[in-house]
Amino acid sequence: MNHAVLWIVIAVAVVVLGAATVGLVRVRRRRAVESGRPPTAPRSMPAPVAVAPAPVEAVAAAPPAPATPPAAPPETVAPPELSSRLSSARSLFDRVRALRGGSTVGADELAEVEEALLRADVGTATTAVILEAISASAADRTLGADGVAGALRCELLELLGPAPAPLSTKVDADRVAVWLFVGVNGVGKTTTIGKVAAAVSKDQEVLLAAADTFRAAAADQLETWATRVGTDLVRADEGADPGAVVHDALHRAASRKIRLVLADTAGRLHTKTNLLEELKKVRRVADRAPGQVAEVLLVLDATTGQNAIAQAREFSDAVGVTGIVLTKLDGTARGGVVLAVQRELGIPVRVVGVGEHAEDLLAFDPVAFVDALLGE
Amino acid sequence: MFDALAERLDRISSSLRSRGRISQRDLDEALAEIRSALLDADVELSVVRSFLDGVRSRCELEALSQSLTPGQQVIKAVNDELVTVLGGEPLKITYASRPPTVVLLAGLQGAGKTTAAAKLATWFKSQGRAPLLVAADLQRPAAVEQLRVLGGQAGVPVFSRATNPVDVAVGGVEEAVRVGRDVCIIDTAGRLAIDEALMDEVRTISARTSPHYTFLVIDAMTGQDAVQTAKRFHDALELDGVIVTKLDGDARGGVALSVRTVVGKPIVFASVGERLADLDLFYPDRMASRILGMGDVLTLIDQAERSMDADVVQATAERMMGGQFTLDDFLAQLTQVRKMGSLGGLMRLMPGMNRDLREAADQLDDREVDRIEAIVRSMTTKERTDPSIVDGSRRQRIARGSGTTVVQVNQLLRQFKEMQKMMRGMASGAVPNVPVMGAMSGKLARAAARRMPDGELPPQLAALAGPSAGVPSGPLVAPRAAASRPGSKKKKGGRVTPPKHR
Repeated sequence: MNHAVLWIVIAVAVVVLGAATVGLVRVRRRRAVESGRPPTAPRSMPAPVAVAPAPVEAVAAAPPAPATPPAAPPETVAPPELSSRLSSARSLFDRVRALRGGSTVGADELAEVEEALLRADVGTATTAVILEAISASAADRTLGADGVAGALRCELLELLGPAPAPLSTKVDADRVAVWLFVGVNGVGKTTTIGKVAAAVSKDQEVLLAAADTFRAAAADQLETWATRVGTDLVRADEGADPGAVVHDALHRAASRKIRLVLADTAGRLHTKTNLLEELKKVRRVADRAPGQVAEVLLVLDATTGQNAIAQAREFSDAVGVTGIVLTKLDGTARGGVVLAVQRELGIPVRVVGVGEHAEDLLAFDPVAFVDALLGE
Repeated sequence: MFDALAERLDRISSSLRSRGRISQRDLDEALAEIRSALLDADVELSVVRSFLDGVRSRCELEALSQSLTPGQQVIKAVNDELVTVLGGEPLKITYASRPPTVVLLAGLQGAGKTTAAAKLATWFKSQGRAPLLVAADLQRPAAVEQLRVLGGQAGVPVFSRATNPVDVAVGGVEEAVRVGRDVCIIDTAGRLAIDEALMDEVRTISARTSPHYTFLVIDAMTGQDAVQTAKRFHDALELDGVIVTKLDGDARGGVALSVRTVVGKPIVFASVGERLADLDLFYPDRMASRILGMGDVLTLIDQAERSMDADVVQATAERMMGGQFTLDDFLAQLTQVRKMGSLGGLMRLMPGMNRDLREAADQLDDREVDRIEAIVRSMTTKERTDPSIVDGSRRQRIARGSGTTVVQVNQLLRQFKEMQKMMRGMASGAVPNVPVMGAMSGKLARAAARRMPDGELPPQLAALAGPSAGVPSGPLVAPRAAASRPGSKKKKGGRVTPPKHR
């Protein structure tokens, strides 16, 4: 009886208090909306809005023309390298590739494909969709000579869509483009910024904003990168307002005619609403003149499992993610969850990270990714 | 996803009661559901398979219980199997007879080793030990600096020098001996398990420092690859245990099950927050309910036991049962609950929370609770006993006194009325469907209400809180006599408690 009583008290108290508090929050929100303040940042835009294909000529014309800021793709290395970096994934699909044969797909074949996909972290829902598509094309007798493996490759490519646009620096004239890097703790945001800075700074001047003021020594880590790459950095003390750091960085960039600011943010779990609110504020600050947000890049760790979908959803709702940076693909993880993220949320992978060195950053190439995944 | 598992399982086999045993076909169907739920929780595929075999044999062995629906019985089997697999003997830290006790941390990049090292130092400190942190991560820029800052926050000295990781680790242990620290925690650089050079390096560190404990630090959000990583690290270093980090997110943490199964070493610690004190010993039973998406009732009860005042709880409970629940009781309850931690955190531990409610819980800002408290404290005793006397001018006074608005006061009063209605319903044994708020589904209210009449835990919870859960069965709350002692905590009489917040 004692347990029961205690349980009841806790349950009721928590529920009741929760209800009351949520109620109050809602009232306040509603009032905020009524009084004309926008309650949240705009939702995620479909990629094309924020992503403009980089004009190749602009890159060639190195000295930046003030009216049309040069758009420089940070990607430096030829995509085919990705498949060599991903070679560890091969064994996964070995048995799938061994499935020769004609136009029919049996339960065994599908089971092999399913297992390989699940092991690559594609997830149950997306795997089911892929399997269904393969069975469908088998029923239509459209399976080619490559059989199941070929059909799988087609399906994966279709899921990923065409090669994504390079990262954009396209903003209004006399504004400074901002690339905002967001993500949960430990996915590699700071390292990614270091690598992106190394790639971009070959073509144009960039400024780094160390807006991760929470984690101990995060700014030091970014500063090391800034020195290594030879770019300028704006930082503040630990615990300072991240929005203020971005604000300072934008003004410094504007006064020095630097057209691109890369903003690091503190890692935050997507379940912490207050931290997401803070991030929204950083985004608002970054979008205010002289700044303008050109890209919001969600950094995802390839070792992450199905939780990546929740991360992408929450961050996208909060700050409108325009693309994903998939890091740590040089390990044994396959990062198959990006297929699920692409299918469920339509957020494309833009860049992949394959190591800790400055040059370990590649443009995302769906064909190379799928081929590497399938070990072809 | 697992939230719905209980419902799905119930649906599958709700027609089975009369048969006395779960049929093969229904069991297959149920296991398929469990399989996809486990996969969605990131449990590794082969682990899922062996796990399902275990569940199957459990289900086949046991006759259908009278008190559980077949679905619940399957869930119970899943839970028992989870506890068995995750559990076993927890690792008991013993200290070296000749200090220092050396603890080596290893893992992938970004798993949270440096933070875990500082948290571990804090934990050892709370155990009355004198830890030394050794920063042997010379790879990541500013990692040493990060550990120094964290060490400063924890009040634990940090040793490092800019030579090479092996030298730092060995030097760290010597330093611990020299300055008389009895625990030496070595933080190493993150490394990929397939990076032979770096794995050799950590192997050398291990050989040269002969750690008493080698822990793998792994991210709770890790997917299928966790098994590969854990295996390789285990092969290289002979792990003694695992520390799971970032469990404060919404990852189900299937990685705990995978790693436990494959490596066969216990999960020792779970890191559940950003503060240095947020490192807990790992409880298999709680992890089981978490993976199952059933909330974490035991942690909740545990926190309650630790922080709640038994007298007050008992008194409040009696008044609630008696159908007389005043704002004073509400205030008392609020104070008790707040002692347990943040409200959002507590709500997340509740079972039966669906996605909407979870979101609502995440929205909670504890400052809102301050506001509620301020409103109630701005009322006179008379108003608190009988809120119906609160008229327009009183409302305004209360709003002014608590620094809120009349709308908010109204809101609270309305909510309180609903609350009273619900409690009266519970007391009379009826099952009212009172939606507490838009946010609170009637289902949860009903569920709460259903628990009341017979004073028993619902079978699902009973299964969780049952013998396997290891909750002490002694009295949690003081006997009645003590509780009804006159003039205990609350002050009665005409005094108006001054508003606490302005």
